Amino acid sequence: MGVFSPGFRGRSVETNAALPPGQHETRDFPVLSAGPTPHVPLDRWEFTITNEAGHKTTWSWPQLLALPSQTPTVDIHCVTSWSKLGTTWRGVSLDALLEDIDTAADYALIHSYGGYTTNLPLEDLLSGQAWIAYEFDGEGLAPEHGGPARLLVPHLYFWKSAKWVRGIELLLEDEPGFWETAGYHDYGDPWREQRYQGD
Amino acid sequence: MWRTATLVATRDETPDARTLVMEVPGWPGHLGGQHVDVRLTADNGYQATRSYSLAAPADNDRVEVTIQRVADGEVSPYLTDGLSLGDAVEVRGPAGGWFVWRPGDPGGVLLVAGGSGIVPLMAMIRARRAAGSAAPFRLVYSVRTPEERYYAAELDQLADEVGGPELAYVYTRTAPAGATRPAARIGAADLPPPGWSPDSEETCFVCGPTGFVEAVSALLVSLGYDPRRIKTERFGPSGQ
Repeated sequence: MGVFSPGFRGRSVETNAALPPGQHETRDFPVLSAGPTPHVPLDRWEFTITNEAGHKTTWSWPQLLALPSQTPTVDIHCVTSWSKLGTTWRGVSLDALLEDIDTAADYALIHSYGGYTTNLPLEDLLSGQAWIAYEFDGEGLAPEHGGPARLLVPHLYFWKSAKWVRGIELLLEDEPGFWETAGYHDYGDPWREQRYQGD
Repeated sequence: MWRTATLVATRDETPDARTLVMEVPGWPGHLGGQHVDVRLTADNGYQATRSYSLAAPADNDRVEVTIQRVADGEVSPYLTDGLSLGDAVEVRGPAGGWFVWRPGDPGGVLLVAGGSGIVPLMAMIRARRAAGSAAPFRLVYSVRTPEERYYAAELDQLADEVGGPELAYVYTRTAPAGATRPAARIGAADLPPPGWSPDSEETCFVCGPTGFVEAVSALLVSLGYDPRRIKTERFGPSGQ
């Protein structure tokens, strides 16, 4: 049973099948972040994967760009209820970055320049589901949108797609990140509307 | 869980913004800076949900939001103009555990608002007063014109109280007659450098449109504030 809003029609009477429950489409690209935008010089940028034994594998900016890239076109869904459909990115698949990493971990904790963190199961980074993205719409990724590079994991709410990504820590146990500690859902599947803890 | 919220009062803050006071049985309370999801349901079952900052501490089961009317918005015109006293919507929350001020948090608090970004910061100012807190508070409030200020009378009154927050306006288009500062975008000179409060470990809360938040948070970093103590909330074009 719900509460009806007399006279409210809404914008889209027919449901858009590409939109998860509770989402609406935006053509803009809103910015949400918790603090100042970090500005990372490319000559000092690096990306590090650390396995559960503490072994580190690091890529510099030229090394990242030298890897084969993909150009996924995906829908992105923000927990604040906007979705942006058909966004095109360029980046390196996590399958390629994780290929030679020796790990038995089930979980990943993403770290960003500026201190942001977010967690997800390692399997959600694999099988063509996640990228380290450095272009949006054919242009270099702007700092406010996470440039020089961000994680792109579009099948989860967009706070999981950490901006200003700096590294991935592989873990045997799940460890909640920044928003996950602040009341948001541990997994964040938009199609199951997992916005907050307990959803 | 979704709760029923009944509109019990409204206040016009500006020609484009209205405060809605809603009675929400079972509301669990909230902190200054948190938000609430509001859901509308059309008679064909279509639903639309938006997130709004809470504007004041809860008064038992009463909560307040201030909503800026977005001309072509799907939800905000219905809330500001389509809803009559006694009408109900559904709400869920509170949400957000980062952009919050808790009475008892140590250190001074610098609030920097751009336009409608004042709303969650006003909730912190009101929560401070409700708690009888003596935490040093400063508000720098950037608006285009004096007429576009939200809560102007209440802010001026609070600033006049002994121990009240310090208040400075930044006008970006039209300054009031007699103002010493000409209308201009906010700059470093409009912001106090760190160390202005006795215990000096200030926390900054910056809220407004994306460009404003980008500019102000960069200015604060350049003034020497610790980036980890600068908390931002951005009102994107579709955030309303």
